[in-house]
Amino acid sequence: MALSVTFPLTVFAPWRSLTNAQVQRAKWVLVALGMLPLARMLIGLPLGWLGVNPIEFVTRSTGTWTIVSLVVTLSITPLRNITGWVWLVRLRRSAGLITFFYAALHFITYVWLDRFFDVNDIIKDIIKRPFITVGFAAFVLLIPLAITSNNALIKKLGAQNWQRLHNLVYVIAILAVVHFIWLARRNPIEPYIYAAIFALLFAARIYWRFKAK
Amino acid sequence: MLIRRPDVILPSEITDASLFHGRRDWIRNASAMGLIAGLPVLSACSVEAQGMKLAGVKPNPQYVLPDEKINKAEDFKNYCNFYEFGTDKSEPPVLAKALKTRPWTITIEGEVNKPKVFDIDELYKLAPLEERVYRFRCVEAWSMVVPWVGFSLAELIKRVEPRGNAKYVEFVTLADKAIMPGLRSSVLDWPYVEGLRMDEAMHPLTLLTLGAYGEMLPNQNGAPVRMVVPWKYGFKSGKSIVKIRFVEKEPRTAWVKSGPSEYGFYSNVNPNVDHARWSQATERRLGEFGKRRSLMFNGYGEQVASMYAGMDLKKFI
Ligand code: HEM
Repeated sequence: MALSVTFPLTVFAPWRSLTNAQVQRAKWVLVALGMLPLARMLIGLPLGWLGVNPIEFVTRSTGTWTIVSLVVTLSITPLRNITGWVWLVRLRRSAGLITFFYAALHFITYVWLDRFFDVNDIIKDIIKRPFITVGFAAFVLLIPLAITSNNALIKKLGAQNWQRLHNLVYVIAILAVVHFIWLARRNPIEPYIYAAIFALLFAARIYWRFKAK
Repeated sequence: MLIRRPDVILPSEITDASLFHGRRDWIRNASAMGLIAGLPVLSACSVEAQGMKLAGVKPNPQYVLPDEKINKAEDFKNYCNFYEFGTDKSEPPVLAKALKTRPWTITIEGEVNKPKVFDIDELYKLAPLEERVYRFRCVEAWSMVVPWVGFSLAELIKRVEPRGNAKYVEFVTLADKAIMPGLRSSVLDWPYVEGLRMDEAMHPLTLLTLGAYGEMLPNQNGAPVRMVVPWKYGFKSGKSIVKIRFVEKEPRTAWVKSGPSEYGFYSNVNPNVDHARWSQATERRLGEFGKRRSLMFNGYGEQVASMYAGMDLKKFI
């Protein structure tokens, strides 16, 4: 039986066109949601919500929310294709910047609260510990993407160059998963869940690119 | 109301044992019903043996750490590596409630003249209970300062009379699939087995531990009886021990089987030898903001270094 699904699905039709003001509001909702994990940490720290080892909690939580934000960022285009909600693409930049925001917090937590700005120690760690090496690579690659996520630089680069640069996000996703696997947490399932989600998102993109030709 | 006696008061003396267990069963059933109904239920902790005050415990002035701050009991109870109850440190405090610590026996066997099965309540009376404040350093580079209660393992060893060919002591801990969800995971080869060389086991610092913070051990911290070997990484200190075997060959411990290059048989705290995946030079003392330099033999070098004279500690990790 040939299964043929045509995207966008018609059930999503009612939400296809939003006014600029509505998109703006959706953007603020996304940003507000994105700040909830940070708010929880800031409020919870003095209240003892973060447990016996709050620094470990913050390191892990910022890492988790970096990868979750990355999943959200990479889901936007497939979601647009499924729903036909073209306006979703206008949330992508916010999602990407939230990803960078948590990556920066995660990195600062490490540099400050784990290594106390000991540069020699940090360099040694980046070289010696593979999970830090790939995490660091992912973070470094995120920097140019964050810097070029504004209209002026998109214009300056040209859409094609910009797109080429931003394809780095796929490399970043792979590095993030490898980083997570190589932490060698004793519960090794979680990183593979992210790996599966990224694989699905990549497959969806490949499918649509193939179909477009 | 507790009536003070020179000896320790056992839970079985306070409450009739059958009543005690019956009440526990009632609580367990009630908790299960509460879970089903989604209602919060009073924690069963309060009637378990764990948390029961230990009477007649004398602080041993030889083992105090006047310059160190004792960690809060809350830190101790809520940050536990006890993989039988899950690999996340927050799991054992919840899941170990299912652990039944009475009745409990510890079998002493192997190369000894007087093998014996001890009832847990007998152990409390084997030797005077002492409180000893020790540093506790985990291989994961965090540490605590804990006031343990127990007595030197040597006290027990002397009574069972090891033979000349007993070169090592092996500790076998509880592996009960019915209550330990972690056993379904293949993280380690169960049961969790640890071991010490005979001289290490006989060392006065090596503590057969029955309590902490003046109380019986909380379940999640290895009730009813565990080891504490303060100059070694924490995982050497097996929890909820059911068997102590005296053997001729170095025991194949659970961690050695899982990764001999990462978790050696000796596993003495050593800031100069990094773990395969992280540095051991510093540690995070729970409750402190900064990190501390880790100490050779966790600060117990004066007492224990001589046991390793002539051994290359980079090789014998
Ligand atoms: C895009 C970049 C990154 C992503 C997506 C990421 C993601 C993660 C995730 C998901 C975790 C595990 C959280 C958990 O345990 O639940 C984690 C942990 C961690 N990450 Fe990252 N990370 C990134 C970059 C970095 C960088 C640059 C560093 C340091 C140089 C770093 C250091 C750490 C450390 C120290 C841990 C905790 C390890 C432990 O608890 O044993 N990460 N990260």
